[in-house]
Amino acid sequence: MAATTVATRRATRTNRRLAWGSPSVYFVAVLLIGAMLAPVVYIILGGFRTNAQITTDPAGWPNPWRVGNYLGVLRGGVFWQEVLNSTVIAVCTTAGVVTLGLMTSYILARYRFRGRGAMYALFAAGLMFPLTVAITPLYILVRTVGLMNTLPGVILPQIGFGISTTIIILVPFLRAIPDEIQEAASIDGCSRLGFFWRMVLPLSMPGVITVAILTFIASWNSYLLPLFILNRESTFTLPLGVQAFASQYSVDTAKVLAFTSLSMIPALVFFSLFQRRIVGGLTGAVKG
Amino acid sequence: MTDSNQTSAQLAQDPSTGLTTVGGGALVAPPPTRRRSRKGIGWPARLEIALMTGPTLIVYLFFVILPVAVAAYYGFFSWQGYGPPKDFVGLRNYLLIFQDGAFLDALWHNAAIVVLSLVIQGPVAVLLALLLNRKMRGQTLIRVLVFIPYVISEVVVGTGWSLMLQGDGAVNSLLEHIGLGWLRTDWLANPGLAIWTLMGILTWKYIGFAVILFLAGLQGIPDELTEAAAIDGASYWQIQRRITLPLLGPTIRIWAFLSMIGALQLFDLVYIIWGQYVASTAGTSTMATYMVANGRNAGEYGYGNAVAVVLFLISLAAALVYQRFVLRRDTEGAITGGMG
Repeated sequence: MAATTVATRRATRTNRRLAWGSPSVYFVAVLLIGAMLAPVVYIILGGFRTNAQITTDPAGWPNPWRVGNYLGVLRGGVFWQEVLNSTVIAVCTTAGVVTLGLMTSYILARYRFRGRGAMYALFAAGLMFPLTVAITPLYILVRTVGLMNTLPGVILPQIGFGISTTIIILVPFLRAIPDEIQEAASIDGCSRLGFFWRMVLPLSMPGVITVAILTFIASWNSYLLPLFILNRESTFTLPLGVQAFASQYSVDTAKVLAFTSLSMIPALVFFSLFQRRIVGGLTGAVKG
Repeated sequence: MTDSNQTSAQLAQDPSTGLTTVGGGALVAPPPTRRRSRKGIGWPARLEIALMTGPTLIVYLFFVILPVAVAAYYGFFSWQGYGPPKDFVGLRNYLLIFQDGAFLDALWHNAAIVVLSLVIQGPVAVLLALLLNRKMRGQTLIRVLVFIPYVISEVVVGTGWSLMLQGDGAVNSLLEHIGLGWLRTDWLANPGLAIWTLMGILTWKYIGFAVILFLAGLQGIPDELTEAAAIDGASYWQIQRRITLPLLGPTIRIWAFLSMIGALQLFDLVYIIWGQYVASTAGTSTMATYMVANGRNAGEYGYGNAVAVVLFLISLAAALVYQRFVLRRDTEGAITGGMG
């Protein structure tokens, strides 16, 4: 009886998912997507035009299509150097934030010790200290330590500022792992750290992936910190590169548009690959 | 998967059930292992705690807490950034800040951006989330596309929009094409209009984030509730108004909090579109752009730090007030009160 109800419900659910919605819903959806995508499409198409085309008809279609702008950017070394810098910074920041955040969240979620509440409050307070507020002394600090114009000079502060969000998102996930699993593991002779490796890591994957994606994208797009720390062109990240390129070739609009659209590809690809996980991961976190 | 996350998150949130993790549940006679962990912890556990939190604490204290504390200290000096600060000026920097009309303008712009973001983005994002939560074909694709502006960096958005909004840019040209040529205007340079242009760009950029948050919240609402209401004869809009919206409340309030803090700290887009010496007369300067323009770019690091402190205190005050009166029932003091 129960099984059949479940079965029918599941059937109706799949039916409903496959059904087309009402036309008005689609109309709004298409309008919305148009509004969201038009500027992006403009940037991408603009890269295929010439400056003359852009000047005579700013909102027109490429006619004829020119790939020269894109090829020019791709052939130059500047773009690839900046891609490399951005990638190194984003990957190291993400790895650092996830590793440190997961270890600390595990302790905060599953160990009982004096000062635990205070430690959690300390990390949670980090939400109140956005990078903007600390940027000037942070710049001086990084300069004093001798990390100016180096990638670690951006990576380390970014890890510090990424940790708060990570802990806020991950602690509820780790606390939600049922005690029984831990007890069963300890009866089977698994130590607390063994439990961390064998059980906590796999079970907290949805949360970890959400945190990793958000950190990666934030780092890839970050502007203020690299602007202060990286002054040498060889250390520029893509956002700095886009701005430098835009002021250097301010008359060559088409080339700027080509450079700009190439620079947004990696974040877009990364996001499309993992977008399904973001909604799933946030469902746990937003409530907690 | 989402369902289990949902319930577990609620468990963790509820103080009566959530803390059974290690050593709670004292009503029943606890098993011996639990009693030991409750009385105190052994050396191995202490070592584990130190090893697992130590590196995080070092990075966090050094790169987050220390700079914030140092900012407060430097704010009392007139200091150009080289050598130790010696010229102690007491509260003079702070007096100067509040006497500077440019700062007050920036503060006013920030306030307008906070309010307008909430008023414009909130309702639109709720409607969009309700729309996208309906089961239909192409759902996943639409969700991805809505999120795209949020994923693109501020620099790309700023560069792209400032090219499009120029006097002879694509927006004006498009208006002419569709017969609305009389709407042609200088979207960026007109101070009265600039803040609305900025709001348009901000909405375009950040609404995807609100929609995704709300969608996540909507997925946590059990289908049974809406189905039961539908069986009882409630219309679609009645269901949304009486059931979905109230249950979405916590998510909306958290989004409003994030949006408010983000709007107070707004920097990147303004700095990129209106330039590094954005004047208060441009109509879009914010406290953060004022801080960079009058601090680092002017070589007055002491003054810049004082502005940072003011910016921080204003954000903190706004956050605490919001926390106290609006968020209290949702988060059980995630920011003020420790672990609930």
